[in-house]
Amino acid sequence: MADSLIQNDINSPAWKGGDVPYKASYGKLMMWFFLITDTLTFSAFLAGYGFSRFKFKDIWPVPEDVFTHFPFLHGDHPLLFVALMTFILIMSSVTMVLAVNYGHKMQKNKVILWLSFTIIGGIMFLSSQAWEWGHFIHGDSGAIEMKYANESGSSEIVHVVKDGSIYSIYDIMGAKSHDGAHHEFAIEDFKEKFSFEKELGLRLSNKTFKNHSESVLYLDQHASKVLLGADLKKNEYGHVLFADYFFFITGFHGFHVFSGVVLLIILLINTIKGTYEKRGHYEMVEKIGLYWHFVDLVWVFVFTFFYLV
Amino acid sequence: MSNEKNSGNWWIWKVFWILLGLTTFEVALGIIKPDFLVNTQFLGTKLLNHVFIILTLIKAGYIVLVFMHLGFEENSLKWTILIPAFVLVPYLLFIVLIEGTHAFNALML
Repeated sequence: MADSLIQNDINSPAWKGGDVPYKASYGKLMMWFFLITDTLTFSAFLAGYGFSRFKFKDIWPVPEDVFTHFPFLHGDHPLLFVALMTFILIMSSVTMVLAVNYGHKMQKNKVILWLSFTIIGGIMFLSSQAWEWGHFIHGDSGAIEMKYANESGSSEIVHVVKDGSIYSIYDIMGAKSHDGAHHEFAIEDFKEKFSFEKELGLRLSNKTFKNHSESVLYLDQHASKVLLGADLKKNEYGHVLFADYFFFITGFHGFHVFSGVVLLIILLINTIKGTYEKRGHYEMVEKIGLYWHFVDLVWVFVFTFFYLV
Repeated sequence: MSNEKNSGNWWIWKVFWILLGLTTFEVALGIIKPDFLVNTQFLGTKLLNHVFIILTLIKAGYIVLVFMHLGFEENSLKWTILIPAFVLVPYLLFIVLIEGTHAFNALML
């Protein structure tokens, strides 16, 4: 019986692994199966984003109008900050492969070194995301919410423009956006100030413009409130679903990064204690590595579908 | 497991430079927005978006096949992992995005 099993093992190359078709350990297989389910979860989120974007394609905000800021730099720098975040995550993926590679060679100190760099990369990414969220929640130029008296009671987000580009409502109201104070502007005050500044106009959510006199009339008819910043129920950048998906998808990804950092810290402690040295192999580094690369992989897709497309 | 491949670190850095180069290229395209890519429509979206998606899939391929080592695993394992994603994700996108277009048309009525 035992003989036939062994023979079978050698002589059945049909699936090449013989009686062990995947030639992978239990732990690695289970990590892979978890990653398949997670792939489908993230795909569903991004597909949901795609659905809403297609459904509201005429009024959906253009991502590069939304994410234009870089810490400590003034002016518009679309894409630069997320490009930096992508770089940080790719870099931390590289340091993770190096840790796995030195794990195969049983070089404990090199594993410790590269795991530490990976943890630093993860923390840098999370900090960048915190800044990005903070900026998104605080808002940029502000916007006006219009309410229409039709059956569905629909609403629309419009922006103030000057010479074709978005103009900050803080400037109109004579306030500073980043002075640490909490701002709220009454719609009546805004309408009054707006009516005096003849070079101001409005940009509707379908990206068409109204000149000053049209805008004053339009504001009188429909303006309901001044929106500053974004949360789950309001969004100065455009459709509220855009903010909801932003928080949900980048938040879910960020939670994965956070979990990854926690796992990496446990891994680092165990490596320093010599757990894997005693065990005779560093397969745990490989398994956590799979998870960490997956987090990088998801970001590559989030970067494309949330920021580029 | 493919020790000859893991003998040095050069292959890790090679993939790093490829990923970095592709990302830089994507960002540059996103900022410059060449006219012929933005104005040409194909399959319901800009040609530029197709370029982004293709570059993203190339990056994803390098991460999964090299960094996650899937390219060096047994074919049985490789396809067990890839086929569900290759079948289910395009199917999901197909039904959901077409439904989104219908929802848009319904709103416009």
